[in-house]
Amino acid sequence: MPSQPQSPPPLNLLDRKLVFVTGKGGVGKTAVTAALGLLAAERGKRTLVCEVDSKGNLADFFETGPTGFEERELQPNLWAMSMDTEASLKQYLQLQLKLGLVARIGPLARMFDFVATAAPGVKEIVTVGKLCWEVRERHYDLVVVDAAPTGHIVGQLAAPQAINGLIQVGPVRQQTGWMLDILGNPRTTGVAIVTTPEEMPVNETIELQGRLQAETNVDLAAVIVNRVLPELFGRGEEEVFERLWDREVSSLLETEVGGSVEPLLDGARMAVTLRRTRAEHLERLRDGIDPATPMLYLPYLFARSHGLRSTRQLAEALSAELGF
Amino acid sequence: MAQRTKSESEPTSLESLLAAKEIAVFCGSGGVGKTTTAAAAAAMAAVKLGGKVLVLTVDPAKRLANALGLQGFGNEEKRVPVSAFKAAGQPHPRGELWAAMLDTKQSWDNLVRRHAPDAVTAARILENPLYQNISGRFVQSHEYIAMERLYELHSEGNFDLIVVDTPPTRNALDFIEAPERMAEFFSSRLLRLLIVPYRSRVVNLASRPFYQVADRILGSQFLQDIAEFFILFQTMYAGFVERSQAVARLLRDKRTTFVVVTTLEAAPAHEAEFFIDVLTSKKFHLDALVLNKVLPAYFNDEAASSRAVMLADRAPELAAKVAGVTGDDPAQVERVLIEVGESFCNFGVVAQREASERAQLSEAPAVVASVPYFETDIYDLEGLLRLGEKFWT
Repeated sequence: MPSQPQSPPPLNLLDRKLVFVTGKGGVGKTAVTAALGLLAAERGKRTLVCEVDSKGNLADFFETGPTGFEERELQPNLWAMSMDTEASLKQYLQLQLKLGLVARIGPLARMFDFVATAAPGVKEIVTVGKLCWEVRERHYDLVVVDAAPTGHIVGQLAAPQAINGLIQVGPVRQQTGWMLDILGNPRTTGVAIVTTPEEMPVNETIELQGRLQAETNVDLAAVIVNRVLPELFGRGEEEVFERLWDREVSSLLETEVGGSVEPLLDGARMAVTLRRTRAEHLERLRDGIDPATPMLYLPYLFARSHGLRSTRQLAEALSAELGF
Repeated sequence: MAQRTKSESEPTSLESLLAAKEIAVFCGSGGVGKTTTAAAAAAMAAVKLGGKVLVLTVDPAKRLANALGLQGFGNEEKRVPVSAFKAAGQPHPRGELWAAMLDTKQSWDNLVRRHAPDAVTAARILENPLYQNISGRFVQSHEYIAMERLYELHSEGNFDLIVVDTPPTRNALDFIEAPERMAEFFSSRLLRLLIVPYRSRVVNLASRPFYQVADRILGSQFLQDIAEFFILFQTMYAGFVERSQAVARLLRDKRTTFVVVTTLEAAPAHEAEFFIDVLTSKKFHLDALVLNKVLPAYFNDEAASSRAVMLADRAPELAAKVAGVTGDDPAQVERVLIEVGESFCNFGVVAQREASERAQLSEAPAVVASVPYFETDIYDLEGLLRLGEKFWT
């Protein structure tokens, strides 16, 4: 039997079928999800982008109307939807358990709410189940999920195992098997952690890497570092910059541009310090993440708003990082 | 036009606000610096107002936790030593600063021990696998327990002021609604249906479809597990409902104030707006808004921007003159001037965006404080106090 190569080259993020995008709140998780979806669609993949948390601002990044549980085509190859656990349960009961009648029973919503509150994992499995089902049925080439933030993602991804532990028999138990297969296959499914080069996002990224390994069977596909500030000065240039503060030089500049240059110099110094502080966290991140995990870097966008234009810029940066 | 007159008691700064309150709940979306801001406010209160001040925090950065002496001390309140104040250049704080971290699991366990009728029932609940799952991952269990713990600390009466850093929530409102939902949950008709003994279910025609569906989906074994768990839990029912109602009342009490923290990035700012609306319409006492990580005002100065543009545009010519003075390589000076000019314009764009977000937060509460962008991390008491000075008065 031919021996397996020690470590196969990492799969390109977009070659998987199901990518969960997570990260600490405020790092730009939704923006990156939108950009990944846009890039995949423009590269010819039938792509579904799904937001799981009901914040409902995925639509803003495509400058489109609100998204619902029904997938909507935003542009060629690109569909978007928002998870609705109750609608998902109805669909699930109809399609998987052939319980068409159930959907018509009045208090379904209240019963669902109740069972979901009582039995942790139910809401999560209905969410994860819907996504896995789209993958199993090959409705799309790629499903990109704006998933729960770092604090909740493990609960979401580990839901099938949790349910397996709680429910010993019955149709639900049978359902978790195929979901685990899809989630556990690294060629199919991966997690992308979005972070920024700041203290807490980096801490949570490293911590989540460990928890994904210990508590789920899902592969860490990539770490995406968002909002990387540009390096202002190259070698030797910082000394040149410092000399601009000399009275003689700054008064020369002030005469030329017709006013104080102090705010300009202050601003540049702030940018340099900010980047330096962040570089330390970036260093820590590199040390903490398995070297086999691809790291992708996205620039800080100095943009007026976060609409489709920014999404496109991020998609372009991702494209370059992914080697396209 | 009727003029809204400021009542004398209306606070004008975080200082006067916190001087008059017993609880300050800091809320806002993730990543805005809520934990740091709450800790800074508590530190300032300890230094300036005196008394015993507690910051109840959820998930502080490791270095900050170390600075507050929180490493390895679950639920226990720990006093921040005076030596830490000395090191921060405040050798004589007027009051005491205490810190505690929220341990969700431990807090739930304590709650069960308190409300269970006897030790045996408590033990059976604590050992139940469903409970173990629930106490870790119950919908809103974090949110509820944070507020429950706050209630407990407040009623013990050991502190003059408790500053609470709220847990990161999926929905910013979860934690204010959690106590009410908890009460609703334990009073629900469905809960009663579930804990009806199995035998009497079969004869009850009205609820039969419910059981049939539930059995079919979840399996009857699981339903029985749930039932057993809730039968045990029911023994705590009265205490639980009463308690969660008391927690809900405390949150609306006028001794409690809410402080919304946000940055001026689009998403957090929109969430803050929504949060302000809801807190106001639900009659919580929302008294302050802290705008965090605001870029320096000079980025919004139009004259400065046009000078920045000039600096970049005329870089070759200016560089030659500068190089004449400094003796540097003119090509290098040119690159530096271009970078300085362009960087200013870049941040200027962000500052403009921030200014328009700020304008949209017009329905702001009485106190609005701006905290500048700190270029370096804050990880000790000195840093907290430096930050606190910016929004205190």
